[in-house]
Amino acid sequence: MTPILQIQNLKKIFSRDGQSDFTAVDDVSFDMVPGECLGLIGESGSGKSTVANMIVRLLAPSGGRISLDGEDVTDADVRAICRKVQMVFQSPQESFDPRRTLGDGIGESLLTAGRPAAEAREEVARLLESVGLSPDFASRYPHEVSGGQCQRAAIARALAIEPKLLICDEATSALDVTVQAEIVALLSHLMRGHGMACLFICHDIALAQGFCDRLLVMYRGKIVEEGTPDEVIQSPKQEYTKMLIDSVL
Amino acid sequence: MTAVEPTLLQAFVHNSSGKTRLYIFGTMAALLIIGALFSESLCPYDPYLQNLDIALEQPSAAHIFGTDRYGRDMLSRVIAGSRTSIFSTFLLVAIITTLGTAIGVFCGWARGRADNILMRVSDLCLAFPGLVFALAVAGVLGGGLHNAILALAAISWPKYARIARSQTLSVRETAYLKAARLAGCSTSRLILRHILPNIAGPILVTATLDVGTMMMELAGLSFLGLGAKPPTPEWGSMMSETRGLLQTIPWAVFAPGVAIFLAVMVFNLLGDAIRDYLDPKMRVKS
Repeated sequence: MTPILQIQNLKKIFSRDGQSDFTAVDDVSFDMVPGECLGLIGESGSGKSTVANMIVRLLAPSGGRISLDGEDVTDADVRAICRKVQMVFQSPQESFDPRRTLGDGIGESLLTAGRPAAEAREEVARLLESVGLSPDFASRYPHEVSGGQCQRAAIARALAIEPKLLICDEATSALDVTVQAEIVALLSHLMRGHGMACLFICHDIALAQGFCDRLLVMYRGKIVEEGTPDEVIQSPKQEYTKMLIDSVL
Repeated sequence: MTAVEPTLLQAFVHNSSGKTRLYIFGTMAALLIIGALFSESLCPYDPYLQNLDIALEQPSAAHIFGTDRYGRDMLSRVIAGSRTSIFSTFLLVAIITTLGTAIGVFCGWARGRADNILMRVSDLCLAFPGLVFALAVAGVLGGGLHNAILALAAISWPKYARIARSQTLSVRETAYLKAARLAGCSTSRLILRHILPNIAGPILVTATLDVGTMMMELAGLSFLGLGAKPPTPEWGSMMSETRGLLQTIPWAVFAPGVAIFLAVMVFNLLGDAIRDYLDPKMRVKS
């Protein structure tokens, strides 16, 4: 089976004027198979989001290779890869343009793909229903809905063009615990329905344990541990992973 | 010591709610604009008609602001001058807002060397005293209202470029702009649909506040003989024509002076009202 995502020796160095360079991501390699849910966990500043931003080409890697669905996308443009991979951001309200309705945000990728406006509107209504929101949310503004509702709309937006890979960059961190559980349940339901792979970035090892097929632990830009959630949590090989587990459980 | 009682106007300006002030000054500004639009039908006399028999007459029932040295009715000339003064100011503000915003958005979006060069040029313009630079430009281009507008536009765009650039820099890092890029938006769509609507507020407020300033500067250039040419009625040049008579017949300077004062005040207060209305902190207070 061709991996949906292949990352080899990925590196990101931020150069700062007059100071030494900072290596945010250092020699990271991993694969994902279609339909898999991979958890990427680690403390803040460990380079998780930088990896995500490089996969969707919002950041250019300093080294290494990224392949999506068998195609090398290391130097591709965001617009070239956004039909295959989508992202759900950390703070739901800030990920929608404050001056445009949720419906505009969800339907935007359909319009840029050349779908007629009327068809896009119908599709937006269908997408909203698929994430458990009523179609009249399309006419609301991001500040008029709750965080959980807004994150559901953000998931609907990510699903609009049926990506093969969904990246959730701390998608549940800004939500309270009960809403977190709802969003995770919705994600796993949608993943099964669409046969979509999911890279679930999160710092909460307990949340990732219940949701992911496999876990990667990142620390200071490197992957320090890899395995099924049970392996990682019950017999951690690294001191850092033990510390991370102790801090939660 | 007792505090000084605020005057009725001060009390009104400080205490009335943002919306009320917006409506009041908006209406006043609209009246000025409508008056300027229909100035021909509002003039009691032909503003260009000379009659030396009644030159330099005192204000009377027939000519409530008196007449100038060619016997032209001052009231008619002030009303006719409103069109020149107000619309050339609007044209100027429209030019600097569009030009400055375009340059600012470009700099904020492209960054790099082009941004550096354009921002140093804008620093240069900001470092110069505006009217002096405009005088030099108008001097090189020659007199006339069009050249006065070009001269002021050449020096006044950087303020807008600065605002637009800083706002663009902050909007381009937001999550919603990343989401829009991931939705496959082209650069032009990102700028037109996402950046411009989100940076428009502060730019429009600055533009409204600038109407008063620009009106003064245009009148200033005209006063110095670098703006509207006689016999075109324009407030600044009307004041200039009669300034030699200030001690003998002060009313001749009075009418255009009051007109400038009123127009500048109305547009400044409207700008303040719009700014307060758009400022969420002020809205909570009111």
